[in-house]
Amino acid sequence: MSVQTHDVATPVVVSLPKAALMLLSTALLALLAYYFIGVDEGMTSVFGKTMYVHELLHDARHFLGFPCH
Amino acid sequence: MIERKLIVRGVLAGAFAGLLAFVFARVLAEPWIQRAIDYETARNAAQAVLDRASGTLADSSGPDLFSRTVQANVGLGIGMVAFGAALGGIFAVTYAICLGRVGDLRPRSLALVLGLVGFLAVYFVPFLKYPANPPAIGHEETIQERGGLYLTLTLISVLLAIAAVWFGQQLKGRLGSWNATLVAGLSFAVAIGVTLLVLPDVGELAANKAVYGHQSTETPLPLRNAQGTIVFPGFPADVLAAFRLYSVLAQALLWGALSVLFAPLAEKVLQPATR
Repeated sequence: MSVQTHDVATPVVVSLPKAALMLLSTALLALLAYYFIGVDEGMTSVFGKTMYVHELLHDARHFLGFPCH
Repeated sequence: MIERKLIVRGVLAGAFAGLLAFVFARVLAEPWIQRAIDYETARNAAQAVLDRASGTLADSSGPDLFSRTVQANVGLGIGMVAFGAALGGIFAVTYAICLGRVGDLRPRSLALVLGLVGFLAVYFVPFLKYPANPPAIGHEETIQERGGLYLTLTLISVLLAIAAVWFGQQLKGRLGSWNATLVAGLSFAVAIGVTLLVLPDVGELAANKAVYGHQSTETPLPLRNAQGTIVFPGFPADVLAAFRLYSVLAQALLWGALSVLFAPLAEKVLQPATR
């Protein structure tokens, strides 16, 4: 890969069609984590009206900027 | 599989950055969180006295499933590290997509730029309208609306940032990299500025306006007795200011550490491709 026109150019190294599955599944997992850390058992609740996730992550949720009770 | 290598390194760098942010939060922010909870407890007690005097029933507070010690150490730790790891994953995915597609940036510079843009788009812009609040601030009856507004603003902010990068790439041929970046950044600022103006203040939500009148936030006002005399102060301003400052600093630390740690790791992974 010697497409360097000047010394700083970075070539495209990740082909999107080939890497789509890996990139999408990672993004999905990360968003799921974001949801459980910041939102679940507050505004919406996946496993019903429990408060375990909310109460355990209470301080982190406030501190990371998510709306809380 | 370069993308897999990048993702593994992103998640690890993110988890470590989360650990740093946890230590920062545990030492500097927890005392302020505790003060906010103490205020809430004392305020609820004062409210109960007022309620008894006026004959209305006092509402019970939330469940105590975990002690404060567990919340402040285990809970905060898990939350910050997991949040860091999740950010690291998204960061690496975005990095892999951006490589070679967003202009003449070296692998390490791209990581730093991405960290800055991520910090702004994912955390700081939403913070401008809906800032982080310590415990005791936030009405339970508006959590749906507040959550919806916060996530909507975060999504708009991220989409506008992506649009700005795309716009900059379109302009690059005509304006050159420097000017194209400036114009793209400026259009992001204008578009997000309009969004911030249009979205409602938390205090102006219908449920809040009905009870408290026109307020811009849900920060607790002083408690008054039946005669209108203030019997309990409003939320302490210093606690709120310190909490928010540390919240911003912790996110800056998180994003900064993530991109600084990720940059050399990514460069090493990419060396065969860039040389």
